[in-house]
Amino acid sequence: MRVDIDRVTVEISGTHVVRDISLRAGSGRFVGVVGPNGSGKSTLLRCVYRALRPTAGAIRLDGDDLLAMSPRDSARRVAALPQEVAAEFDFTVAEVVAMGRLPHQGAVARESEADRRACAAALEGVGAAHLAGRGFLTLSGGEKQRVLIARALAQQPRVLVLDEPTNHLDIAQQLELLSLVRAGGPTVLTALHDLNLAALHCDLLHVLDGGRIVASGAPHDVLTPGLLAEVFGVRAHRVVHPGTGAVQLLFDRLPRP
Amino acid sequence: MATLHDRTPVPHHAPAGTEPPSRRVPLPLLVAGLCVALPVSLVCGAGIGASGIPWSEALRHLWAGTTGGSITADEVSSYTIVWELRFPRAVLAAVVGAGLASVGVAVQAMVRNALADPFVLGISSGAAVGANAVLIFGAFAALGVWALSTAAFLSALAAMALVYAIARTPRGLTPLRLVLTGTALHYGFSAVTTFMVFAAEHGEAARSAMMWLLGSLGGASWSSVPIAGCAVLGGLLHLGWSARRLNALAMGDETAAALGVDPGRLRRELFLGAAAVTGAVVAVSGAIGFVGLMVPHAARMLVGADHRRLLAVAPLAGAVLLIWVDILSRVVLAPAELPLGVLTAAIGVPCFLLLMRRRTYTFGGA
Repeated sequence: MRVDIDRVTVEISGTHVVRDISLRAGSGRFVGVVGPNGSGKSTLLRCVYRALRPTAGAIRLDGDDLLAMSPRDSARRVAALPQEVAAEFDFTVAEVVAMGRLPHQGAVARESEADRRACAAALEGVGAAHLAGRGFLTLSGGEKQRVLIARALAQQPRVLVLDEPTNHLDIAQQLELLSLVRAGGPTVLTALHDLNLAALHCDLLHVLDGGRIVASGAPHDVLTPGLLAEVFGVRAHRVVHPGTGAVQLLFDRLPRP
Repeated sequence: MATLHDRTPVPHHAPAGTEPPSRRVPLPLLVAGLCVALPVSLVCGAGIGASGIPWSEALRHLWAGTTGGSITADEVSSYTIVWELRFPRAVLAAVVGAGLASVGVAVQAMVRNALADPFVLGISSGAAVGANAVLIFGAFAALGVWALSTAAFLSALAAMALVYAIARTPRGLTPLRLVLTGTALHYGFSAVTTFMVFAAEHGEAARSAMMWLLGSLGGASWSSVPIAGCAVLGGLLHLGWSARRLNALAMGDETAAALGVDPGRLRRELFLGAAAVTGAVVAVSGAIGFVGLMVPHAARMLVGADHRRLLAVAPLAGAVLLIWVDILSRVVLAPAELPLGVLTAAIGVPCFLLLMRRRTYTFGGA
C-alpha cells in the first residue's frame, strides 16, 4: 500500500514541530526517516498511526484520505510499533498479541478462527510461540520488542510504522527485528537512529532537521559527508559494505575538549 | 569466607517457557462459583442478623416477599425486619460492591495506576461534602428522606465537573493530570467535610457524619435500590462493551491509537461513567473504601489482566464481598453497627496480602 504524506504540518503549543513535509513510500518499500533528536521524526510518524492529528496537510493510503477514516478503519491498514509502551498490567504474551486483532473484531464478538490463526502465525513468525503463556512484564527487552512486532503483524497491516524499533536491543536483535518486520510484505515507514542500519535496510531515506525534510533519496545519495556535517554536526567517511555494496559510515571522534 | 568456585552458578534468566503455563484459576469455574455464591449470600444477608429470627421463619418471609404471599398478623415485625430491612440491605450491598469493584477496574485502566480507586478522582469526597451538609446542617430538608442521597449525588456531579474542567487539556484527559487534580481536590473536599464535622453543634450529627465517611448501608431500603442498581448496571454494560478497548488503553495511549482506539475519547467516556456510578453508589452507602482498590487487583491475580475476564469476575466478587462485610458489620458488635470501611479493611487486607504472596503478581514491573 502506497503512503503519501502531503504537506503535513504539526504545531504543538505554538511551535512548528513538523513543517510542510511531503514524502511518498511506495507499496512494499522500506522507507527510513532519520535525523537528530527533536527533528520531528516521531511527530511525523505519530500522524501516520493516528496518535496525533496534523495541523495541516493530508496523508493518503493508495489515494484514500487517512485522516477522514475512522480510527478503526485506519488501524486495519496501518499498524505501529510506538516508542513508548506503558505496559502496567501483567498481560500474557498471547493476550498482548491478541490485541492486534482489535480493529478487525466486533466489541463483544468472540475470537474468530481467523483471529486465532493470525495471532498464531504472527507469534510463530517472530519466533516467540514458546513465550505465549509468559507474562509480558517478565520478558527481556528483546523479547518484548519481538512480541510487540507479533502484535503489529497480527493486525495484518499493509503499512507498518516503526518508531526507533531497535532501541535497547543488541546488534543481533536489531538485525533480526528489521528482517522480521518485512513478513507479509507491508510498506515499512521507520524512524531509525543508527544511520548504518538505515543505510543497510532502507530503500529510501528522508533526512529531517528542525521539522523539515532536508534530503531525500537512496541511502547512497543522501548520506554524504556534507549532509552529515550540516545536519548531525559530525565528520564522517563513507565506505562500501563488502557484502551488499550498501554505503556505510565511519565517524571521526571529536578532539578532547 | 566463600571463594569464587564455591558459588553455585545461578542461571541469569530462567529458560523461556519454564514458568507454569497457567497460574490462573479457570474462568468458567470461578464465575460459576461466584454465581452460586451471590444468591446464597443474599439469602444469608436476609437470614442473619442481631434480632435472632429463626432461619425457617426468615426464609418463609423471604418467600412471601418475593412471591407476594401472605403472613400472619403476629409475624409483621419479623417480616418487616427480613423483607424491609435486611434483604434490601443485602441487595444494595451487592449493587454497591459490584459498582465499586467495576469502577475500580475502569479507573485503574483509565489512569494506568496501581493505586487508583473510585476515590482517586475526588468524586466521592465531593459527595461527602453534600452528604455532610445534610447530616450536620440539615440542608435540603425539603426533600425529606431523599435529602441525603440527592445532596450526595448532586455534589458528586459538581465535583466531577470541577475535576474535569481543571484536568482537561487541549490534548484531552491525561492520566497524571487526572490523578493529580483528583487527589488535590480530594484533600480540598475532605478539609471542607472535616471543618463541617468540627463545627457541628451536637455530637450525634458528627457521629453520623463519621459513619457516612466510613461507609454504612444502615439507611438502605427498597427505594434506594433502583437508582443505584440502574447506574451500576449501565456502567457494567458500558465496561463490558469496552473491554477490548480497555486492554488497548492499558498498553498506553500510543498503542491504543495504533489499534484504532481514540484514547482521549475512551478516557472521557470512562470518566463520565465512573463519576456517575461512583456518585450513585456513594449516595446510598457513603464512602466505602478498599473494595474498589483491592477487588480489581485480587481478580487480576486470579484471572489475569485481560479486561474481558476481569470484568466477568470483579463485579461478582465485589458484590459477594460487600454482602458479607455488611452482615458482619451488623452482628459483630450487635446491636451496634460497625462502619463498613473498618471491616472491608479488616477482611480485605489479610486476604489481599495472602494472595499477593502466593501468586506471582506483577503490576508495572514491580
